[in-house]
Amino acid sequence: MSTTLLLVQLLNGLQLGIILFLIAAGLTLVFGVMGFINLAHGVQYMVGAYLTFHFYGMTGHFLAALVLAMIAALVLGLVLEWLVFRRLYDRDHLDQVLATFGIILFLNEAVKVIWGPVPLSVPTPEALSGSFFLMPGLLYPSYRIAIIAAGIAVAVLLYVLVMKTRIGMLVRAGATHPDIVAALGVDVRRLFMLVFGFGAMLAGFAGGLAAPIFALEPGMGDNLLIVAFVVIVIGGIGSIKGAFVAALLVGLVDTLGRTLATDTLRLVLDASAANQIGPALASMLIYVLMAAILWVRPQGLFRARSA
Amino acid sequence: MSRTLSTTAPPRPTWQGLRLYSPAILVFLGLALVPTFASLGAENYILGLVTRLMILAIAAISLDLLLGHGGLVSFGHAAFLGLGAYTTGILLTEGVFQAELIVLAVIALSALFALVTGAVSLRTSGVYFIMITLAFGQMLFFAASSLAAYGGDDGLTLWDRADLFGTDLLHTRQGRFYATLAVLLATFVVVNAVVDSRFGRVLRAAKENPTRVAALGFDVFRFRLAAYVLAGTICGIAGMLSALQAEFVSPAIMSWQRSGELIVMVVLGGMATRNGALLGALAFVLLEVWLADLTVHWKLIFGPLLVLVVLYAKGGLAALLRPLTAEGRHG
Amino acid sequence: MAEPILEVKNLDKRFGALVVSDDVTFDLQPGECHALIGPNGAGKTTLVHQISGLLAPDAGTIHFAGEDVTRLPVHARAARGLARTFQITAVVPGFTALDNTALAVQRRSGTSFRFWGNAAKEAALNEPAREALATVGLEAKAHVPAANLAHGEKRALELAIALAMQPKALLLDEPMAGVGHDEGRQLLAVLARLKAHVPMLLVEHDMHAVFSLADRISVLVYGRILASGDPEAVRADAEVRRAYLGEAA
Ligand SMILES: Nc1ncnc2c1ncn2[C@@H]1O[C@H](COP(=O)(O)OP(=O)(O)O)[C@@H](O)[C@H]1O
Ligand SMILES: [Mg+2]
Repeated sequence: MSTTLLLVQLLNGLQLGIILFLIAAGLTLVFGVMGFINLAHGVQYMVGAYLTFHFYGMTGHFLAALVLAMIAALVLGLVLEWLVFRRLYDRDHLDQVLATFGIILFLNEAVKVIWGPVPLSVPTPEALSGSFFLMPGLLYPSYRIAIIAAGIAVAVLLYVLVMKTRIGMLVRAGATHPDIVAALGVDVRRLFMLVFGFGAMLAGFAGGLAAPIFALEPGMGDNLLIVAFVVIVIGGIGSIKGAFVAALLVGLVDTLGRTLATDTLRLVLDASAANQIGPALASMLIYVLMAAILWVRPQGLFRARSA
Repeated sequence: MSRTLSTTAPPRPTWQGLRLYSPAILVFLGLALVPTFASLGAENYILGLVTRLMILAIAAISLDLLLGHGGLVSFGHAAFLGLGAYTTGILLTEGVFQAELIVLAVIALSALFALVTGAVSLRTSGVYFIMITLAFGQMLFFAASSLAAYGGDDGLTLWDRADLFGTDLLHTRQGRFYATLAVLLATFVVVNAVVDSRFGRVLRAAKENPTRVAALGFDVFRFRLAAYVLAGTICGIAGMLSALQAEFVSPAIMSWQRSGELIVMVVLGGMATRNGALLGALAFVLLEVWLADLTVHWKLIFGPLLVLVVLYAKGGLAALLRPLTAEGRHG
Repeated sequence: MAEPILEVKNLDKRFGALVVSDDVTFDLQPGECHALIGPNGAGKTTLVHQISGLLAPDAGTIHFAGEDVTRLPVHARAARGLARTFQITAVVPGFTALDNTALAVQRRSGTSFRFWGNAAKEAALNEPAREALATVGLEAKAHVPAANLAHGEKRALELAIALAMQPKALLLDEPMAGVGHDEGRQLLAVLARLKAHVPMLLVEHDMHAVFSLADRISVLVYGRILASGDPEAVRADAEVRRAYLGEAA
């Protein structure tokens, strides 16, 4: 394999990692603050992508569509919080899982009804449709660079929000000592709504960003959701920093694994066997990684809160 | 959410034991009569549907051992359906037609997979456990999806049928129906016996108070792991039956939604009750058939219904039937 | 003196900056009741947790029945005959008093990896369990779920469970906490009878109970053993009086 191809795959892995981080950040934040496991986070990502498609059709302008989609995703998140989720905060995890599973079934089907079952796509925004010159012989799509940049910007923003602001302090305190935060006279319901809405908006943002590079189809968020679970389990549930490190790790391992597995197997197996087993093995890699990390550290890399 | 507290006194006489199981007895009698009635019309459809129902019931009952009795929210149980189905499918494709051999392979592989993934996931608890079991289930799903030689995403059609001890018993729909019924009955009896046994008692106690159980000298991890292996193995056999019945296997059998549906069945029927998982599977499939008959978009109704059940009707069907069965299990 | 059944040496434990065990050394002799007293927050429960294996000490060793158990998990120590009760009642709430106790019997009588047969109907488990319940005066409540027992009855059940284990040593973390006067007297009588059968480490605030049961008393303050000796010596110790008895007596 050539060095350039490897570099491209590294960047692809980075970009997958960034999208995973955007999803995992909301998930881990919500879990960290409220102890709430939200399976419907993945469909919120899907809805973000579809909304971007929808608003793009209306405005013809990607950035406007993305912003509108984020606002709509926020509203949807708040409505769900108000209708269902707030009744689940003090229920056990099984109840949370079941109710949010019901919401997944509903939203996946609703998307199918509204936009149809056929995969859709959103064109890459005009200004970013070109390629970026990285080094001689290596061009990389500008839009993918933009995703990486946007993701890193969000990570920095989150870091500042969580580490430097009063709300962030409450969020951090809430992750470890929810009772104390309540005792401080903070309106916990408001804090929960805020965090929840923010998480929903992040998921919607990730969906919108991903819309030009992934096919839009009902259920598109489900698989990513589970990979995001792998990310936060590795990172340590409730830890934003852990989510960031683990997301990049998982993105890279998954992407490089798919590129390298078959070639590597060819070293020890004959070509046809390697072609058979390689892809299957590659698709299992991140789960094996998760298992290995948990074996050593059952609480993940950066543990923030007892589950 | 846990079992009802029994305020009843000493062990009951046998007839009361029968009463406890009355809903299941009725269901089994009804199932035994299905082929007779099915021969009156739409035979293939009805036998196929009810066989599928029974397969899901086997899976749900095995899951309840973990979920209800063990307090272990496994969100990856459908992986075992897939493991059993794919083992069957691959063996049949490769020319192994003896059902006895296939069963042995299914049991061995399911137990091994349960042992390895259980050993990792049971070191954690709570929401970690949910996410990890979900992830392991997804791992098998993607592994199956990329098995190009065996159909990949599209699945694998089975052109050959399995022989049971050299007979063609499993070649007909009726034969597979009765085989599935027999496995379901065995599963029902075995799981209920296990729950009442010494082993089951430790498992149930550990659900309520693992610290206390450890302080008594029990290694809770080992009991949970054994339950995980047992439940996974039973579910693997359900997967094998599924492959034989549908004469087709695809990754869809172990999608994570299927794992979710199995949980829904158990909760719908009433967790950690004697008849709950069986009734829950029955109710789930009938509800699905009925709703799907109303609209192809039946999930638009089912999703919100599920939310409402969680919020307002957590006891499940077993709670409704309690006056009938006088349910309550001894510790 | 004979070989101690339980021997704690130089135990250190801190939670962040808070030192909860500070170089704690003491032992429990066969046939002895060793009381551990000290104000709230002194680190008594944390110490019992470390001995039973629920918490790992930062430093120091714990020997039980001649074996180093410092690194053993809770269940392994319990299986070797180290039983404990919990300050905050820890029983299986959905099980009846009898089933709670029979589960303890089950641990020491044959394998629990038996997957058939109704455990609740095994006379070999229920008979010893009933005896243990009778010892603490709970036989009439055998079929009541633990969750429905009164507080004092739960405390008694804790004791019955520990007894049913037939332990080599017993760690009692405030067995009388929160019980009424009459129930307290009953529990005290039970403990007095028990003393003849099993060595115990008794953490207790009730000074009447402590002085009527203990052969030896150690006083724990801020995680340190301040004084240790026979009851009269401890009672007379001026420092102890000032630090502890003064406020409790
Ligand atoms: N898990 C823990 N984390 C932090 N501090 C703890 C923890 N458990 C106990 N403590 C603190 O350790 C001190 C000793 O507690 P404890 O052993 O319960 O005292 P006692 O039983 O003598 O009343 C107390 O100040 C308590 O707040
Ligand atoms: Mg205490």
